[in-house]
Parts: sequence; C-alpha cells; structure tokens
Amino acid sequence: MSDVSFVRTEMLPEQAPPASEVGLIGWIRHNLFSGWFNSILTLVSLYAIYYVLSGVLPWVFQSVWNANSLNECREIMMATWGSTHGHACWAVINDRWLQLLFGFYPSHLYWRPIAALLLLLVALAPVLYSDRLPTKMLIFSAIYPFLMVWLMWGGTIWGPIAAALGFVVGWGVYTLVSKQLSGLFGLIAGVAASVIWWLVLSSYFVGALDSILPIGIEAVQSRQFGGFMLAILLGVVAIGVSLPIGIVLALGRQSDLMIVKYLCVGFIEFIRGVPLITLLFVASLLLNLFLPPGTNFDIILRVMIMMTLFSAAYMAEVIRGGLAALPRGQYEGADSLGLNYWQAQRLIIMPQALKISIPGIVSTFIGIFKDTTLVSIIGLFDVIGLASAIRADTAWNGIYWELFAFIAALFFVVCFSMSRYSMYLERKLQTGHH
Amino acid sequence: MKKTVILSVATVAGLAAAAATAGTVDDVKARGKLNCGVTTGLVGFAAPDANGEWKGFDVAVCRAVAAAVLGDASAVEFVPTTGKTRFTALASGEIDMLARNTTWTFSRDVDLKFEFVGVNYYDGQGFMVPKALGVTSAKELDGATVCIQTGTTTELNLADFFRSNNISYEPVPIETNAEAQQQYLAGACDVYTTDASGLAATRATFENPGDHVLLPEIISKEPLGPLVRHGDHEWGDVVRWTLNAMVSAEELGVTSANIDELSSGAGDNPEVNRLLGTEGTLGEMLGLDADWAARAIKAGGNYGEVFAQNIGEETPIGLARGLNAQWTDGGLLYSPPFR
Repeated sequence: MSDVSFVRTEMLPEQAPPASEVGLIGWIRHNLFSGWFNSILTLVSLYAIYYVLSGVLPWVFQSVWNANSLNECREIMMATWGSTHGHACWAVINDRWLQLLFGFYPSHLYWRPIAALLLLLVALAPVLYSDRLPTKMLIFSAIYPFLMVWLMWGGTIWGPIAAALGFVVGWGVYTLVSKQLSGLFGLIAGVAASVIWWLVLSSYFVGALDSILPIGIEAVQSRQFGGFMLAILLGVVAIGVSLPIGIVLALGRQSDLMIVKYLCVGFIEFIRGVPLITLLFVASLLLNLFLPPGTNFDIILRVMIMMTLFSAAYMAEVIRGGLAALPRGQYEGADSLGLNYWQAQRLIIMPQALKISIPGIVSTFIGIFKDTTLVSIIGLFDVIGLASAIRADTAWNGIYWELFAFIAALFFVVCFSMSRYSMYLERKLQTGHH
Repeated sequence: MKKTVILSVATVAGLAAAAATAGTVDDVKARGKLNCGVTTGLVGFAAPDANGEWKGFDVAVCRAVAAAVLGDASAVEFVPTTGKTRFTALASGEIDMLARNTTWTFSRDVDLKFEFVGVNYYDGQGFMVPKALGVTSAKELDGATVCIQTGTTTELNLADFFRSNNISYEPVPIETNAEAQQQYLAGACDVYTTDASGLAATRATFENPGDHVLLPEIISKEPLGPLVRHGDHEWGDVVRWTLNAMVSAEELGVTSANIDELSSGAGDNPEVNRLLGTEGTLGEMLGLDADWAARAIKAGGNYGEVFAQNIGEETPIGLARGLNAQWTDGGLLYSPPFR
C-alpha cells in the first residue's frame, strides 16, 4: 500500500463564482427557472403579462386626446389606425377633467378647494411626522377644521369662529364646574353648554358680528360640491373625526361603567349591523320626511355625519383589537405606577394599542374613503355620479371604460399613498418585540 | 304598538299637510329660485354640460316654469334625483316640482299623493335587437335572453307581454342603462328593452347603429310628465299652464323668433293675444303678471323648438315626433284653450 495521500500546502486563490450563479443570470436561474415546474410557471406568467399589456398599452397610449364627441373620436381612430377597437378616447377626460375633480364648484373659486387641500397637508404634517416637525404646528392643525369649512363653503367668517367658540365655551364651563363639583358634572355641563351655544346662541352671535363687521367670501351651495373633491372632503372628515370617536368607543366598550359600556356596545353593534347604503338613505330620505318642512339641514353635512358614525363603529372594533392584544401586564404595570385611568391610557396603553392596530386602522380609512362613492346612489354628484352624468351628454353617450379608468387612477393614488404611509409608520414605531 | 303607528302616520300626514298649505308659488318667489328635481343624467332629457349647465328636454320645462314665475330662466336650482329618491324629495318639499321622465300611473297619482300636471313626452316600451338575428317582430322572440332594468315598470310590462303571447324569455337583470349598453353589445343578451326614446338614444351611440333594429311593437304606454305635490292647486296650475303654454305656442305658431314681435302689442289672433298677455287677464288669474307665458316661451322656445333642440331628428338621438306631434298633425299633444 503506497501512500498517495496529498495535502495541499498553500491556500487556493478565491475564484469568481461561475457566471451562471451570479448577477442577472444567477438571479433569473434561482428565482425564475430553478426547476422544470417553476420554469413552466415563469413562462406561463410571462405570457399572461404580455397578453394583458399588449391589449392595455396600445389602448392607453394609441389614443385620442382631442375631440369634441365620441363620434369624432371614432372618426379620428378610423382615420389614424383604421379601426376603433383597442384605442381609448381620452378626449372625454380632456373635456371634463375639471368637472370630474371639482363637480359644479364655481370655476373662478377653484383656488379655494385647492388651498384647502394644500393647507390640509400642512395641518396633517405635524401629526403624521411628529418627530421631524415642531409641536407648535399643531396649533394650526387645531384651527384647520374651521378654516377648511370656511374655505369650502365660504360665507361669513363668523360662522366658523362661532363654531370654534362653542368648544371654548364648553371647555370653560367644564373647568369651572369640575372645580366646584365633580369631573362628571363638569363634563355634562360642558357638553350641554356647547350644544346650547351651537344650537341657540351662535346664530345671534354670527348675526350681530356680521352686521357690525361683515368679513366674508363668496358662499358656495352644497349642491355645487361634487367630483373627486367631494370624495376627499367626505373621506377626510370621516377619517379625521372617526379616529377619536372610535378610540372613545373602544375604551367605552371595555369600561366598567355599565351604562357607558352598553351604550357603546349598542352603538357599535347597531351601526356595524346596518349597511352603509341604508344609513345614507336614512340621511337623504327619512330625515327629509321627519324633520319639519323648511328645515335646511345640509345634505352633505348629513352624509358626513352618517359616514363618520359608520367608520367610527369599525374604528372602535379595530382599536379594541389592539387593546385586546396588549398583555395584561401592561395594564397592571400602569396601575402599579399609580397612574390614574386617563394617564395610563395616554402614556402606556394607547400608544401601544394604536401601534398594533395601524394596519387595521389604515384599512378602515381606505375602506371608508372608497365608500364615499356610494353617495352617487342618493343623487350626489361624486365622481361616479358625474361619470354617468357625462355619459348622459349626447356627445359622450356610450363612453365607459375611459371614465372608470380615470376614476380608478384617482382613487389608486390616494389609497396607495395612505397604505405606504402606514408602512412607514409601522417601520418608524418598530421598537423590536422580535 | 297600534297607537305609535297611528301617531306616526298622523305626524307624516301633518307634515305633508303643512308642506302643502305653505303656498309653493309664494315660497318660490320668496326664495328667488325654483327647486326642480331632474334625473342624475338621461341622454336628451337632462344632463349637465362641461360648464355644469343643465340641458335637456325635461330641463326646459323647469326653465320655462322659472321664467314664468320668477322672470329668469336661469333661476333654477337643479336637484338631481335617482329613481329611488325622486318621490321622497318631492313629498318632503325638498323640490318644488319633479321633471324627471316619470311615468304617469294611477298609483303614483293617487296613492303617492302627487299631481301630474300633464304629459311632455309620450313614450312606450320597445325592443332593440341586432339585425343579424333576423327578427322582425317581438312575437318571434321565443326563448330570447332579454336585458332588462330591474325594479322598473318595464320589467313588469315585459313579463305581461311575454305571458299574454305565450312565449318564453330569459331575463338578464341589469342596473343602469350604461351597463345595459355594454351587456347588449357584448352579446350577453339578444334583446334590450326599455323606453323607445332610451333605445333610440342608446342605438345612436353605437359604432354601427345600422346593425341594430327597433322592433315595431310598443308594449306599454309611458306618458312622461312633470308632477307636483297634491293639495297645492295654485302651484299645480302654474306648472300645468306653463307646459300648456309651450304646447299652445307651437300650435299657434309662436316661436322664439317671432315672440318679441307678437308680444309687443295685440295682434290679429285673439288666442295668441291672450296667451302672450296683450289681451285679457289670464296671468292675473294665475297669480302672475301678464307676460308670464311669453317669458316661459322665450326661455327655450315653444314645445316643438325644445323637442327639436334636445331630442329631435336633427340631434344624434334623432327621435321623430310620432305621438308627440300636435293633434293637428295626428299626434296626441292637445292643449286646452287659453281663454
């Protein structure tokens, strides 16, 4: 037996990996063609993508942008491509995009909804990016709701100011009474004072100040609101108001106080048990019949209230899910620190519970934003309602896909942004439980 | 339980009575605007244009009434209503009148407590089929699939027609006219049935209208007209006679071209004089001024002009006058005399 063992005495130099294992080719081999089954799936998927794009892309890009009617579109298509099939007639969007965005809002006042939207972003910024912007900007966020109402509806500036004063009055009464008696009485008295102010006194206040110092801008009727602006308006209000109401309802549902608990449970279960469209019909039809004749209860306000209540009920359940996911120890820890109920909620429970519920909350936001299109069924001209109104024009009767594609694009941009923001927020709040 | 029902009925009745006795003419004058219910969009009858200006055959009635009462054809607040919200909107007083191609039926007039003031379009339910099907009569449609809008009188008419002719059909339920167009063109149904005016408007939008035919059978009566609430007869009279003024104007040869000349002074024809207020006190009887009808006609022209502008043969919709011709031309339009 001769000894043929061989021991290498020096290290081999590192070699570059084979070309088939790295770079683009390597990636393709590993991810797309790693076996016969995956290779077939890849080829089938590629064909499916090609098939869809080969239909959609020419339709989108080989299209007519300038025409005054569908028939004119068709003539141009025939002249250019020899067929009307597979070409979009974007001329309808070109002709009506302002209407799809703003409804019947007077065109010389378009700057007002645009300003309201831009200011909305300013007002949201300190809330959304609380770590990067000064906290003082929150003052503007608090003023913004009243400013928005004034910008959108116009009229005298004293109306929104009176509405804002209602909160001041409520707060004043609350602090006064709660010092004298108890917190609960203070709360009740404060709410009562605000309601009395809004329902009775504020109209005198507005009337008096308006006659002394008439400051105002051109008023716009609710009937003139429409298009995508209406969806954003309803969506923003429903989203913005439903979150705080939802938190209160979720806490109320877990409360030890029996009346509070059953009120919250009853509200949540009732609203969640009824389709949104039913609530909208109640807002538009039943209220009309039951309110005394001549009552001018703004239709958009009614719809806003219904959508907010609807979304608040869902929000409450989403947040309750977050609360339920918190370990018992967190509550006990808060108690052992000697925090009272509100301190514990604010400092320990809510920050964690809300973080857990972010995906659910944003889902609800996106859902309610898309649900705003349901208002077309009660005769409001939101963007879907306008699409059918545009089709009712003899020039555009018969056009279908282009309008819906445009509407889908509008909604996608907004919903996708919300979704991306929620992912950013989750990453930012990731404190590492893994 | 019984008591609550009775109470709530009483409440509703009380509200309706309160709404009715308020005097709509005065309300409209005080408000300076007419609230007129229209559709959310129906080709030729009512639709907003690119500037948000409402146009159409039903819209013209609203404008004429506004011109007669307020002297301004643009003083109209158009309230878009859907098939589901239209009657509540009228009953609750949200709108003063409804001009929304609504069929005048017994139960709507009597049971729902409305008052149809006349007919501005005589429609009827028809059928459209592809020419390639080779069908010439609706009675040959045995076993056909039919696109039909759910929850409308057309659905019931269709069932009646097929049953009385002992033939079968398969309904394809659809929600809107736009959906029906797509379904029909995609071949999901052999036949599309709805009001004949709607069929004509739909066919006009097809790429090849010639490939589709409207069958000769009209299987229902659909008199479409404006309506107001029960009980306020002064207001009902105003709307009724404004519509009649438009019809009479056509019959008497009063057009938007010659109305200025005719209304400047009493002419040879006493009925024209009474209509235009250069003679007699008809406007005063109605609670309006003397040239109310002249303003109503100026708003959009007489009935024939409004028809020609919005749905007539010169428009893409291309409806012939048919039943909607003056009685003197063999149609059904017949306005009671102005005297």
